[in-house]
Amino acid sequence: MTRQEAAARRLLGRELGAEREQKVTNLWADALRRMARNRAAILGLVIIIALVLMAVFADQIAPYDYREGDSNDNYMVPTWLVRIMPGNMGAYAQVGNKFLFGADYLGRDLFSRVIYGTRVSLPVGFVGAMTALIIGLVYGCISGYYGGKIDDIMMRIVDIVYAFPTMLLIILLMAFFKTSFGGANVPGTAAYTFNQINHVVDRFLGLEGGGMLFIFMGIGITAWMGIARLARGQILSLKEKEFILASRMIGASDIRIITRHILPNIIGPILVAVTLSIPGYISTEVFLSFIGLGVDPPTPSWGAMISEGARAIRSYPNQVLLPALMLAITMFAFNFLGDGLRDALDPRMRGTS
Amino acid sequence: MIPVLIFISLVTFALAHAVPGGPFDREKPLPAEIKANLNRYYGLDQPLWKQYTDWMGLTRNPSGEFAGVLQFKFGPSYSSRSRTVNDIFRAHLPVSAQLGFVALCIAVGMGVPLGIIAALKQNTFWDYFSMAIAIFGVSVPNIVLGPIFILVFALTLGWFPVAGWGTPAQMVMPAFALGLNSSALIARLTRASMLQVIREDYIRTARAKGLSERIVIIRHALKNAFIPVATILGPMFAALLTGTFVVEQIFAIPGMGKYFITSITNRDYPVVMGTTLLYAVFLVIANLVVDITYAYLDPRIHYE
Repeated sequence: MTRQEAAARRLLGRELGAEREQKVTNLWADALRRMARNRAAILGLVIIIALVLMAVFADQIAPYDYREGDSNDNYMVPTWLVRIMPGNMGAYAQVGNKFLFGADYLGRDLFSRVIYGTRVSLPVGFVGAMTALIIGLVYGCISGYYGGKIDDIMMRIVDIVYAFPTMLLIILLMAFFKTSFGGANVPGTAAYTFNQINHVVDRFLGLEGGGMLFIFMGIGITAWMGIARLARGQILSLKEKEFILASRMIGASDIRIITRHILPNIIGPILVAVTLSIPGYISTEVFLSFIGLGVDPPTPSWGAMISEGARAIRSYPNQVLLPALMLAITMFAFNFLGDGLRDALDPRMRGTS
Repeated sequence: MIPVLIFISLVTFALAHAVPGGPFDREKPLPAEIKANLNRYYGLDQPLWKQYTDWMGLTRNPSGEFAGVLQFKFGPSYSSRSRTVNDIFRAHLPVSAQLGFVALCIAVGMGVPLGIIAALKQNTFWDYFSMAIAIFGVSVPNIVLGPIFILVFALTLGWFPVAGWGTPAQMVMPAFALGLNSSALIARLTRASMLQVIREDYIRTARAKGLSERIVIIRHALKNAFIPVATILGPMFAALLTGTFVVEQIFAIPGMGKYFITSITNRDYPVVMGTTLLYAVFLVIANLVVDITYAYLDPRIHYE
């Protein structure tokens, strides 16, 4: 490299870098401003923050233990609920004001269990999103940027896995993880290692014996494909642009082009897609726990609580309503935030899904 | 398409058999001899590759005949002894299919008009009203909708029966619980693509040459606005099919869902593999139909 080339490169690099940085701050600042004006998005954000705090401080907030209850309190209903609920609950239900929202079929406080339930649903949403983002982005970038044979093979793989009924695949995977990893206690095997990691994850989340890692794995294995396709599509249209050609001309490496020039341009739509997919991961876990393949009891997943409550829906509608309401609020919050994020990052896309 | 299905059959087979324990492990163990006989009878003592080819119908099974997926025979069910998987499909699949189909009709029949109204009357009451319904539908999963429908429309208002299957009245709540989510997605997508299309030049041309507004919207705008909607119909169909699992459980509907889940815990391999493969075939066909619809809607698209 001659001295002129080096100088030109330094100069161009700095100028390009400076220009890019300025543009990015503008884009993000604009987005932030638009977002702050969107009341639904702010509401969603506030709810999510409240839910996160609820999960972190569940031990302090929850008045009772989520694992054990007093069998004398089975199905206890508080007085105020009897008054507003339709039907003649007061005639047969055990009424008592020990619990704010009543107790479940084992005499456990519903309110406490719903609060601990955030420790299941929120991590599932966030971990699902992170796995989708990281694997999907790396996979999509490699496939889209290098193109040709690599692209053909990688996208063929995605197509094939995509054709699988996702939910059935997750169900099969969960059955496999839970039975072959869950009980493994022979040191040295892969299953044992997974089981140990699972215990660490459960302890970290404050839910002993929940089996959260397996849910993360089941959801993560299927979550990344949509993002990979999206990232690839974006890169395909981007990599022919002049500024990519220019940076290649001045000798930037592939890694540098991808991380400095391509990623900042595609991260917006991808972030939106990831945020909007969080409710999907949460409802997948709820679905799994509902059919008994999610977290292990007594871990209080909303899905498991809805399934327990649905069995007693005629006599004790409050059992199913409380977790259902929490789930709906959480889904609303993430959808509001995702919609707001999309409108803020790309105003032209307003109203699409 | 064929390689995809072969791959799916392999993965399903591997996953179903990777789950430890066999179909005849009980809490009270069977005598070893009986278990061995059962295993021999069902061919479970064969090497795994042989079990796979038997199941696919590529090799002769222990009874000496070709009876596998290729011959449309999905094998016996281990847990309900008297019935084959084909019997189970015949009895329960129509119920799930009916539920899924009605839900799909609700999804399209409600989603498309809502989206069109919202787009044509952008930023008016109707727009906000439709989009409020849509965000409700997107956010509230069927697992929540089911119990709420039961509480409100069956137990409080008494309009529909609480559970069961067979009469049209019993279909209303499960189908809506299943289809509302999809109809919300369709409504949002229709609105967005409609908004884009009605600003196109050819719509102005159509109006300029004096066509009635109805013809312009239905023949010119809707046909093009429907293309993105058609894209998601394939995955949506799959979501509806698996969504039936939850809805069937809530409303006590005798469909495939309950069978599939209990058969996993019972290691009833043929039911698990048969259901997964069958649903995969549905999904592949649905995507194929979507591709064909594409070519019809947009004549610029050609397939080799």
